[in-house]
Amino acid sequence: MESYLNIDHVSIDFPTANGPFRALDKVNIQINKGEFVSIIGHSGCGKSTVMNIVGGLYQATEGGVILQGKEVNEPGPDRAIVFQNHALFPWLTCYQNVELAVKSVFGKTRNRQQIRDWTLHNLELVHMTHAKDKLPAEISGGMKQRIGIARALAMEPKVLLMDEPFGALDALTRAHLQDSLMEIQADLNNTVIMITHDVDEAVLLSDKIVMMTNGPAATIGEILQVDLPRPRQRLALADNPDYNHYRSEVIKFLHQRHARKAA
Amino acid sequence: MKDKAIYFLELTGLNWFVPLAKIASGEPAGFQFQQLTKMIGLPLLAILAFLMFWHLGAAKVDTSLGQLPGPVQVWEQVKVLNAEHQAERQRADEFYQRQAERNAAALAKNPDAEIRVRDYTGRATFVDQIWTSLFTVFVGFLLASLIAIPIGIVSGLSQNLYNAINPLIQIFKPVSPLAWLPIVTMVVSAVYVSADPMFSKSFITSAITVMLCSLWPTLINTAVGVSSIDRDLLNVGKVLRLSYFTTVWKIVIPSSIPMIFTGLRISLGIGWMVLIAAEMLAQNPGLGKFVWDEFQNGSSNSLSRIMVAVLAIGLIGFVLDRIMLTLQKFFSYDKNANIR
Repeated sequence: MESYLNIDHVSIDFPTANGPFRALDKVNIQINKGEFVSIIGHSGCGKSTVMNIVGGLYQATEGGVILQGKEVNEPGPDRAIVFQNHALFPWLTCYQNVELAVKSVFGKTRNRQQIRDWTLHNLELVHMTHAKDKLPAEISGGMKQRIGIARALAMEPKVLLMDEPFGALDALTRAHLQDSLMEIQADLNNTVIMITHDVDEAVLLSDKIVMMTNGPAATIGEILQVDLPRPRQRLALADNPDYNHYRSEVIKFLHQRHARKAA
Repeated sequence: MKDKAIYFLELTGLNWFVPLAKIASGEPAGFQFQQLTKMIGLPLLAILAFLMFWHLGAAKVDTSLGQLPGPVQVWEQVKVLNAEHQAERQRADEFYQRQAERNAAALAKNPDAEIRVRDYTGRATFVDQIWTSLFTVFVGFLLASLIAIPIGIVSGLSQNLYNAINPLIQIFKPVSPLAWLPIVTMVVSAVYVSADPMFSKSFITSAITVMLCSLWPTLINTAVGVSSIDRDLLNVGKVLRLSYFTTVWKIVIPSSIPMIFTGLRISLGIGWMVLIAAEMLAQNPGLGKFVWDEFQNGSSNSLSRIMVAVLAIGLIGFVLDRIMLTLQKFFSYDKNANIR
């Protein structure tokens, strides 16, 4: 059966002074509808590059990305991106940031009231209604990322791409946001690709963990299916043997078999 | 109310009055007085020292037009120039009144009478020259901005275009207004031919010279501001599939406003300097011509009158910069940025 999103033998070369540099080599991932997939690897291994190719910001040199049977090679709202540094427009309020996305995507098909309702609905989803009229500079890092997620969800993407969404946050805030994300995911059942370098985050959130080898010519080392029942509780999982098994699998991959040569 | 008043004072760059506003609103006076002494006391002291130095120094310099004037003589001329302006205004008013009466009388005698309405053609006073100069610099600056901002945006977005035009910018940027002036004069004379011109040629020449010299800072700063936009913000635009025009309007311009205004402020400052030089050399009406006329006149008051002009030029330049600063603060999204 044809999978929902097929990242089909994607390779990419970047031009350098010494000829093309192969950053990714034959990356091959199949993702089903509603699946939460994490891509994990050391920094510089090209995991963000994979995401940028799916997002259409980079063009694959070989291979391609097929979403619902159609090749995608330019950016679009069907593959909304949550950026690591939130990428909110600092001159717009939280409401306006989400509204801009809603207007751009649904401006022609929905009326003013529908746009307003949908914007507010997505702010409500990330529990940020109270700060809707604040500027990004006036709210905390975690709140900014909530707005970033609301903006991406508001585009009703077929695939939600998250580029180390919680990487810039402190551990407690990160845990809060992970819980919120799981809640939202339980409701909406989105198809998600998340880039991360946090092992716990990957195991806690994912259905599938894609582990990447180190570059150059990085590729997929191993794919781990995470069969923990949902809803998952952070506290309960701490002593769960399965959870710890998955966790140690990922750690072994990262730190034994594919340890970075020079840290 | 109080916060609004203080915000207004800070926005307009009138920071000096912030402590006064705070005292008026009942904040502890002691600390605010300290602030006040720092903010007003020190500059005041410096100005007094300067006036002393000027007064004593000027007395020691003898020129062919008499002793170099000190602050006292200059202040005298401020009053004289103002009086001349008032007198001239009065003559103009009287002229228009006489003309109106004459025409009314003529119409009363014969309703078909051909009446003539003429403009008063008195001598341009110092104050008139200031307005002429301000209008000229405004037109030149506006033209420059209308050209420089779009080119800056487009070349900031495209590295190739920037590389293409950068050498031209670098070559034309350092050219002095005095070098442009003869060329502009000749081109305007050749191209701007009209039986009933809306603007005088001298005005067009000055304005274009100002434009040519004040293009560059705005252009360069806009291009730099645009090219340093956060890539992620542009990527958001790509994901939303915004058109080129929408991207520029919704993302590029708002995020490069601070840099655009930095350029505009430098441009306006340069434009004002250039204008005075252009007017002097080309005998275009304005403050520059006033200075030149006084220099040629060579009376015992001339140097004082020129110094009045120098101070007026400086003060106006300062006020123009303050206005731009206020606009910059008003339009920037980051209200807390420390803009000087």
